[in-house]
Order: sequence, then structure tokens, then C-alpha cells
Amino acid sequence: MFDSLDSADASPGIVIHKRKDDKPKPKKKGNDSEKKAAAKPPARRAAKRKRTRATAETMAAKQREISVAEFFTKNRHLLGFDNPSKALLTTVKEAVDNSLDACEEAGILPTIRVEIIEVAEDRYRVAIQDNGPGIVKSQIPKIFGKLLYGSKFHRLKQSRGQQGIGISAAGMYGQLTTGKAVVITSRTSRRRPANQFEIVLNTQKNKPEVVEERELEWDMDHGTRVEIELQGTYRGGRRSVDEYLEQVVIANPHAELTYAPPKGREPMHFPRAADELPPEPMEIKPHPYGVELGVLIKMLKDSKQRWVSTALQADFSRVSPRVSEQICDVAKVRPKASPRTLQLQDVERLFRAIPKVKIMAPRTDCVVPIGEDLIRKGLEREIDAGFYASSTRPPSVYRGNAFRVEVGLAYGGALRRRKNFDEKGEVLAVKAEDKAQGPITLIRFANRVPLQYQQGACAIFKAVLESNWKGYGLAHPKGSLPLGPMVLIVHFASVWVPFTSESKEAVAHYPEIMKEIKLGVREVGRKLAAHLRRKERARMEARRRSIFELYIGELVHSLHDLTGSSADRLQRELGRMALKHTGGAALAEEAGITPGDKSVETEEAPAELTPEEQAEATKRAAASSKKRAAPKKKKKAPAKKAPAGKAAKKAAKKAAPKKKPAPRGRRK
Amino acid sequence: MDAISRKTHKKLVNLAKGVVSSIHDEIDPLVEIPIRSLSNVTFDEKRSIIELGDDKQQRQLFNVSQARKFMQTFLIAAACKDLLREGKTTSIRDLYYITKHTMGESRQNTFEDQTESDPIIEDLEVTVDALREELHLAAAKRGSMVGPLTVVDAGDTINLRRMGSGGWSIPSIVEEKIIKFKACEAKFILLVEKEAIWGRLNEDKFWKKHKCLLLSGNGMAPRGVRRLLYRLHNELKLPVYVLVDNDPWGFYIYSVVKQGSINLAYESQRMAVPKARFLGLSSFDREKYSLPDNVTIKLDDQDERRAKQMLAYPWFQRRAWQKEIRAMMRAGVKLELEALSAKGISFISEEYLPRKIADGAYLA
Repeated sequence: MFDSLDSADASPGIVIHKRKDDKPKPKKKGNDSEKKAAAKPPARRAAKRKRTRATAETMAAKQREISVAEFFTKNRHLLGFDNPSKALLTTVKEAVDNSLDACEEAGILPTIRVEIIEVAEDRYRVAIQDNGPGIVKSQIPKIFGKLLYGSKFHRLKQSRGQQGIGISAAGMYGQLTTGKAVVITSRTSRRRPANQFEIVLNTQKNKPEVVEERELEWDMDHGTRVEIELQGTYRGGRRSVDEYLEQVVIANPHAELTYAPPKGREPMHFPRAADELPPEPMEIKPHPYGVELGVLIKMLKDSKQRWVSTALQADFSRVSPRVSEQICDVAKVRPKASPRTLQLQDVERLFRAIPKVKIMAPRTDCVVPIGEDLIRKGLEREIDAGFYASSTRPPSVYRGNAFRVEVGLAYGGALRRRKNFDEKGEVLAVKAEDKAQGPITLIRFANRVPLQYQQGACAIFKAVLESNWKGYGLAHPKGSLPLGPMVLIVHFASVWVPFTSESKEAVAHYPEIMKEIKLGVREVGRKLAAHLRRKERARMEARRRSIFELYIGELVHSLHDLTGSSADRLQRELGRMALKHTGGAALAEEAGITPGDKSVETEEAPAELTPEEQAEATKRAAASSKKRAAPKKKKKAPAKKAPAGKAAKKAAKKAAPKKKPAPRGRRK
Repeated sequence: MDAISRKTHKKLVNLAKGVVSSIHDEIDPLVEIPIRSLSNVTFDEKRSIIELGDDKQQRQLFNVSQARKFMQTFLIAAACKDLLREGKTTSIRDLYYITKHTMGESRQNTFEDQTESDPIIEDLEVTVDALREELHLAAAKRGSMVGPLTVVDAGDTINLRRMGSGGWSIPSIVEEKIIKFKACEAKFILLVEKEAIWGRLNEDKFWKKHKCLLLSGNGMAPRGVRRLLYRLHNELKLPVYVLVDNDPWGFYIYSVVKQGSINLAYESQRMAVPKARFLGLSSFDREKYSLPDNVTIKLDDQDERRAKQMLAYPWFQRRAWQKEIRAMMRAGVKLELEALSAKGISFISEEYLPRKIADGAYLA
């Protein structure tokens, strides 16, 4: 089912791709022919024409360096620019991810504004502005005009962006489809002016070219604004920019977000749900268990240490002198050998030795979860549901990388998405949402970034699918998501998220990861099951209560007829007892049924007490100080109906006797 | 209101007052009702009657399966209170209609049919320890009587010697204040199960010839007939003979007259006639009176089950009775009273009964 969805997405992408190919003509044409040349062995082509074999020399004439930019121009689908609507989304996504990362790293509560303006048909100007620390003037061209340039690739730290490809690739895509330069405005402090750059990327050399550069007045004290014009398609619904931003809001309760969509759509505004930044994740060294041979070779070669043993200690985490010695011992490598001059087979032996040595698990405090509380707040901010639950799993490790899984759910109620809030946090607009029937809505996050594509390939989806939802009270057809009015979110946080591809859309299926997700799902699932059971109990008790109330109405008449006691008072007292017998007022409210019919709570009820009854009541109150005389309480209840009802419910709860019902004597 | 009515009235009001005060004290209201089932009846060997034990069941309002009955109990109580106050007596069917109505906005009625209200009345009788008559209720009237007796029924003097072919219809309340006995020449009482046989004996003026009071309960003897039997037996000192079909049901009719019923065990002492004699049809009569084989009916499963149950009842433990029941089971057939007519239409009145009575061939 989900595979077919994914392929449905891919196929229009291919069609559009072809059509677009003949637009930016000269460059593309050239690229295409080169591509063919590269794809087929030149020897065969030559053979066709001349029937002579290519020589090493002729081949050499055709061999030249391929720039990174050129490579990605051809393989832009790897980066998420495979079709116009995805291109628009990816552009927004990369910019927003960068903005959030920058703000958090600088300790600033993020305020982000996203604008999409329709310039012409299928052409949009995307502007993303943040209140981050800004970018030093000299770095601006490189960050936005050079692929694979950034601060995040060379470290091991939990962050949204990882490679430093995203935003420059977005700029490049814009440039390729519209010819327009990327406009960056940035200011680092109030004391400095804002700088504005217009940058194009030289795709041959992977180098930025500054088209224009100016200083200007800006109403922001610090922050960055990126504007990219690109060919794209704007649409709402699933996997749209709108949906992406809604999901960002859930995972980032500390961020304020404003969004002005094109085509006269309703703007969105989400104020902060939390005024505290998430703790800053720590940067860590790699753990030996997660290292690959190539990386190990490179790390040893680059090591500043004199001995292999000290190199292992210094460049990896959790390697003590003892562990280091053990690795060398198992690998039969001299601990005091120089790491830089080590033979390849020695490094390979070291590599093989690592898994055989028991090494302490990596530090886990480097992974920062959203937190149970904030997940809940994030869900509550955006989704109007009847029940929320969240769970943050303790840290775990896959291949030497620490990670944490968090699961949250919003169930039942109206289950609408709130779309717009005013300054006071009042909801201005809602989107009718999420069918009560049909499968639940699953939202996946990796390091707080929503994952919108390739759901079927993702470990999160698979783990949710393999969980036993029937046990938690939901229908769960085989091979599908469970059914029900529910939004389920799963957040995977790690210093290194194992994506299945560069476009960062699906988490790889490591068994440790699958297990943790399932455990997280189980935790919230149990909470849901408890809630559903309570709901069911509330419904059942309400049914029982309605039976009692029906008969009480009759009984009161008969008793009044036989004894002359006040029917209203009996009705009131029995109504309260019936409520007590059916789980109390709290449970009754949960079932959404106001307990008692009108006659149970009448405004003038206290006045109807006969003098004898009042005397009787006071007598009883005197006889037992523990017992509360109900009629007295009633008098204080305000005349309004609703509050009176509430007060009575409370009273009923309080007045519930602790005594066991003693069998009443009957004369024989 | 007379003294009895005032007493009954007070019993009903007190029952309600107990519940009201427990409600005011926030104690779950409940009513304790003596259990009317086999488990709570004992057979008093000495007095030879079935008596109600002391076991009680609680009827709670706040119990989903008892709430309805709880409500109904007080609905009936209130209706009876009204009857007492107005000094009227009515049938239990009538009471069912008086108390039946739709509740609130539901589609439920206080009673769906009379089988629901009848047991509630019996519950109320045992709970407040008041007889049905004292609650001003009467069961459906059934049963006829003729014989050399004069009674005063609600002030009217009725000569039971001149009742034609229909007989005097026995009212359901036969208490002293309504029925009084006057001149009586009868020597014994004969209760027959079937109206048809009663008709035959009446037409043949069997009662005149043998000086007996001839009664029929038309099946299981109703309360009125049983109470009347009790009074005739005890006040006029007349022996009681019972003539029923030779089947488990017939035996049971006899046993109810003799010892009382399980359901109305609480009334046994004012209805049961422990000295009542079982005249026939006996399982051995078929042979004794050489009745043809073709008048028998095969016992069905229900009959077999019933017969086995009866073998276990403490009041059927006498050897003669065990023999009687076992003989029927062994033969595997039952016999209706009408089967005697195979020997001639008046065989029963001219040969069978006189011979039986003369021989003293009865079981006690």
C-alpha cells in the first residue's frame, strides 16, 4: 500500500523532469550528452563508428574531474529535488532546519517566518527568516554558494542538518530553474549593519559568485533571511509545505512560527508552547563499535598521537588504556606503533579486533529528547484531541551511536488541527481534520525534523505496524496502520541518524532501533488502552446509572405516596447515591453525560423541604457530625443551573458515606 | 378501615419508612424478602405441612438486576395501600393494570405483563407478613361446589343443595367475615381435580346419595378452594378425599392440598389439610378395576422427571407413596379420571367411588 504511494509520487516526478530538461537549454544539453558518454564505455561507441578500439590515450582525453555541483545537478533527486512540489518543500525544509539549528546553538528561542510568494505560474519566491545569531559576512557566500560546506559534517552531535548540502543545493536548484540568484540578508548584532548578498553558484567549480553585495537597514537585531526563487508547484494536503510546517510545530514546542502561504491561503501562526530551549546537545567522539574501516584508516592517518594505543584512546570515546591495549593485543598490533605509518592489514586487524573487545556503551547524554512533557504540549498546541499520551525511552545504542526514541499520541475528541493563533494564544482557525475512521495518522521525526516521504521504507513505520494495536483497543488490519481517530508521532533522536538515503526520509532498520520504537509504542499504547478502558467503563456506568435513574423516578412516587416524604428530596438523595454507585461524578463527566435528569437538580429544591424534614435533617446532622446534612449544602448552591450541577456533584463525592450498608431490620 | 386493614396499612407504610430513612442516611436502600423456593422450605413431619424457612434475600435498589423489582415492590405496596384506604378489593390482574404505566420518557413499562407483577405480590405478602386477602387482593376465581350445606356469602344465604348443574362458584376470598357456614348434613368432602368429573358426579347426584360436599378446583386447587377446604375440614370436622388423575401432576395437586405448596409455603398453616386422603386414581386401580389397556397414555419425559423429583420430596417418603409412584413409573403410563368412563358413563359414581369409600381404599 505504501510502496505504491511512494511510486505514485515518483512517477509524476519523472514526467516533469523530462519536460523541464529542455528549458535551461545549453547547460542541460551538454550535461545530457556527457552523461551518455559517461554511462556507456567509450570503447563501444568508438567501435560502432570506426571499428577501431579506443586506446588509453583517447580515453584519457575524455577523463576529467566532475565537480560536486555537477554531480548533484544530475542527481538532484538524491537531495529531494526530484519534482517541482517536492523541490518547494525541500527548499523550505532545509532553510527552516538551518534556522532552528542556528537559533538553538546560539541559545536563542527561535522565531521563524516562512513566506511563499507566487511570482508566476509554477514559480515561487520562498523567504525564510529567523532571529538566529546571523552569519559573519565573509562566510555568507560559502555557506549558501558552495555545496558540502558547513559546520555539521565534521562533528558528531545531534542536529537537524548533517552534511551541509541542503541549503546550497536549494539555492542551486533555484538558480538552475529560474536563473535567479539567492538573496541572503544577515545581521549578527545591533552594532553592526545588516549585509545583503546576491549569490550564484558556479556549478563547475563548486564556488560561490557574489553578484551583488550591500549594507542595509534591517529591523532585526540579529538573524538571517534567505530568499530563493524557484520553479515549483504549491499544493496543500499530504506532504505539502503546510503539512511539514504543522509537523515542525509539534516537534519544536519552543519555536514560534509564522507562515504566509501563496494562493490566498489562510496564514498560520503558532506561538511558543514552551519558553525554554532544549538543552544543548553535546559533541562527542565516535564510539569504536560504530566506526567503519575507511573512517578508521583516515582517523589513524590524521591522528596527532604518537602511538596506536594512545590514538585509540584520544580519538574515540569510551576507550580506556586497558581497552586500547586489549584491542591492540587481539589485533596483534604493537601498541607503541605509530598510527600514521600503520600498514593497511594492521588497520584491518584492528578493525576486526574492536567488536571482540568489550567496550563500555557510548555516552548517552549527548542525545537530547524533546521530553514527554513537551511532546504532549506540542501535540496539545496543534491537535485538539480527547486524550494525549507521550513517552520518552531511555537512551539506547545502535552500532556505537547513542539514540533515543520518543512516542506521543493524540486520540479521539474533535481531533482537529489548529492552524492559527492570535497573540494571546486564542485559536483563530482550525482545520477540520483526520477522519474518525480509517488508518491513524503517523508522523515521523528524526532529530525534530518531520519525515514526509518513504514512509514504507522507514523503521518507524515498520515498528508501528508490527506493534500489537489490538491489545491497546484499536482495530488493526494485517499489514496496515491501526485504525482509529489518532495522531501518532515517533521521534528518533541521535547524534547520527541512520537514514536510508541522502534525502533523509527514512530511518534504517537496525534491530536495536526497531526494538526501542516498539517499546515506546507499547508505553503510549498501554496508556491509550487504559484510557479506552476507562472510557468504556464510563459508558457502561452511564448505562447503569440511566437504569437506576429510570426506576428512582418511579420509586420516589411510590415512597412519597406511602410515607408522605418529600419526593424531591428523595429524588435528589437517590440521584446522588446513583451517581456514587456508578463511578462518581468524574467518571460521569468522562462519558460526556451529565448525570441526573433535570429533577435531580432543581433551583428551588431547597425551598421545598418541609419543616419536619428540615428538623429531621438537623437532628441527623447533630447525631452524626461526620455525616453532612445534604439540604444545608444545597442552599449555598447558586441559582444557576450549570454551577449548581457541579457543586452537587462535588457534594455527592464528598458526602459519599464511608459506612457499609447495614441490613435494615424488618419486622417479621 | 377495620382493624386488620389498619394493621396491614401500617405494615406497608413501615416498610416504606424504613427505606426512606435509610435513603436520608445515605445508606443503600434494601428490602429483605423471605425466599420462596424449595431451598427455603422445610417439611414439618409432626404437623405434616410445608413451612417457609428463615432464609431471606436482599432486594437492593442499586443493583442493576434488582432495581426494577425493587421499584415494582413499592409500586405494588403503594397500590395496595390505596386499596386499603378506599376499602376496595380487586383481582391481581386488575392490580396489574392499575400499576402498569410507561416510565418517564423511556419505552419501558413498570410491568410488561402479569407474570411480572404476580410474584411481586407474593413477595410483598411474605415481606410484610400480610395475607393476600389482607392486602385486599383476590386471585382469579375458580372452582365449584355443591352439597348438603347452607352458607352465607357476603350476607346472602345460599343453599348449596339447590345449585342446579353449575354449582356454587367458590369465591377467592372465603374468610369468615365473608363466608359463614350454616346447616350441614355432609359426612365428608370430595375434591375432584376435573370440572368434567365434578359435572358427572353432580348430574348423578352423587353428593346427595353419599352425603358429601363435592368440590372441584378445575386443575390445581386455587387459594380460595384450599382455604375453604381447610375451614370445612377444621370447622365442620369433615374428612377430605381427593380424586385426581393418575399422573405426577395429579399427585402433586393432592400433595398441595395436603401439605401446602413450595411457592405459598407461608400459607400452609392456614390452608393445608394434612389429613386429606388420596382416593384415586391409584396406579393399581387399572388392574383392580380391570380397565382396558387402550385408555392409558404414555408418560412423557416431563412426567418422568416430575415423578423422580417427587420420589425425593420429604412428604412423599411414606412407603405406600413410594410404591404408588414407582408403580406408575414402572408401568410407564398415566391414566386420566375420564378413563373410568370406558367401563360405563356412571361407572365412577355408581361403582368406583362407592367401592373405594366402602373399602377405605385410600392413601393418607
